[in-house]
Amino acid sequence: MKRSRVPLVATVAMLVFFYLPIMVLVINSFNASRFGSTWEGWSLRWYLRLLHEREIWYALKNSLIIAFGASFVSVLIGTAAAFALHRYASRLQKTHYAMIFAPLVMPEILMGIGLLLFFVALGVNLGLFTIFLAHVTFCISYVAMVVLGRLQDFDFSIIEAAQDLGANWWTVTWRVLVPLLMPGIVAGGLLAFTLSIDDFVITFFVAGPGSTTLPIRIYSMIKHGSPPLINALSTILLVVTFTAVWFSQRLMEDAK
Amino acid sequence: MKNRRSVLEILVTLPSALWLAIFFLVPTVVVMAIAFKPTNPYGGVGTGWTVATWLSLGNPSYPAILWRTLWLSLLTTAASIVFAVPVGYYLARIRKRWRQFLLLLIIVPFWTSFLIRIFAWKVLLHPDGFIKKGLVFLHLAGDGASLLYNPWAVLLVMIYSYVPFAVLPIYAAAERFDFQLIEAARDLGAKQWQSFLKVFLPGIRRGLLTAVLMVFIPALGSYLIPDLVGGPDSEMIGNKIAQRVFVDRNLPHASALSSLLTLAVLLPMTVVLFLPGRRGRPDLMAGEGK
Repeated sequence: MKRSRVPLVATVAMLVFFYLPIMVLVINSFNASRFGSTWEGWSLRWYLRLLHEREIWYALKNSLIIAFGASFVSVLIGTAAAFALHRYASRLQKTHYAMIFAPLVMPEILMGIGLLLFFVALGVNLGLFTIFLAHVTFCISYVAMVVLGRLQDFDFSIIEAAQDLGANWWTVTWRVLVPLLMPGIVAGGLLAFTLSIDDFVITFFVAGPGSTTLPIRIYSMIKHGSPPLINALSTILLVVTFTAVWFSQRLMEDAK
Repeated sequence: MKNRRSVLEILVTLPSALWLAIFFLVPTVVVMAIAFKPTNPYGGVGTGWTVATWLSLGNPSYPAILWRTLWLSLLTTAASIVFAVPVGYYLARIRKRWRQFLLLLIIVPFWTSFLIRIFAWKVLLHPDGFIKKGLVFLHLAGDGASLLYNPWAVLLVMIYSYVPFAVLPIYAAAERFDFQLIEAARDLGAKQWQSFLKVFLPGIRRGLLTAVLMVFIPALGSYLIPDLVGGPDSEMIGNKIAQRVFVDRNLPHASALSSLLTLAVLLPMTVVLFLPGRRGRPDLMAGEGK
């Protein structure tokens, strides 16, 4: 029986479609030319120029503070949530699941405006702290989903065995459950970190004066800045993201 | 023991439930409420209640924008599904190692910055970019034609951004599909396309439905894509919401538009949530860790 070639062709086409724009951007970041249209030889000048852009460094600092804070808090909350969703099959968990799931599909702009109006209504000053709160909110769901995926092939008889051997729930949690779930937790944390450091839409709504993050800076550079610098900056961010993905996939695989 | 169980359940459920109630549910309600408030002269929200904002949505420019939002999202969804079905099929049929590698390549865009990916297209479609030059060289486009700042550029980048959301649920469904059914259909004399349309597609219908909603819902709320690669004739409802917030600081107006979008999104979202997958939950992340 002859198999159709369409699936293979479609898959190759999709990968070209996905990676062509990214490749062009990366290659252009090494282009000496100020305008991407002509090739004037390899150069690192745009990367060197980045070193002198004080505003980018300032924005990077803000982004890192938020990303570390938000991923830490969302890992704690998200892991607990995943555990609850997996362990219990009550009506409470059905509602809980809907709450965790909704932010994953909800258009970002709706979450952005909702949080903005919420903070305005409460009279909270917009700044790094409001961005942090917003990021934790959307990261919880992603962390919960990743950890839930890990829990799906988790053998709960290990816990029962530990309990039979006299371990109390504190010991079970910290000596058995958490170490075994660690790969999933770290993968969830990495996802939260990259989502936080890359987020633009929600951040844009809840940012205040002086709380420029890296994506907000990139956005204003796209609107009025110099493209080669954005190419260089984007390439660095892409490398960071690819490393994080690769690392988290390794974690998920090794755990098997 | 029973009692102990429920205390633990509350203990692990409470942090996320409380956080999301405060920072997700309450804000959604606040948006709906502010849509019924008047503005005040300082760009804030006034006191009292009014339906004036809702009436002003009758402004003739809105129906056109709502209509454009709808057709761009529908076309994006249709194109993503057509593109994703053969890819999902292919991924489900290949060897495990190779499949893991390809899945990784498809998941990576999920992780990379949305902003950077849109910017990459802006560069690619730029009047000095090589696609434009190629098209002019082949006499497929005039010198003055612009590939950017029109609804087609928005559509292209929307498909680019949302197609991974279609691939994963379709692949997850295809992976559990019993391919012997196709062979059986072929043995019984079905043509290749018949076995595809009448056996494979119905077999993965749940994945298809999830994929449709996973693309359609976020597509309705697109804001950054039309903002960066679209022009004045490609604005979507998301752009109007952002303009009301950042340009003329009319928060009640922005709220009314957002409420409208929330309602449009809520209906399909309820469908996904009550569409049972394994363990009564939608299969979204099924592609991961397999």
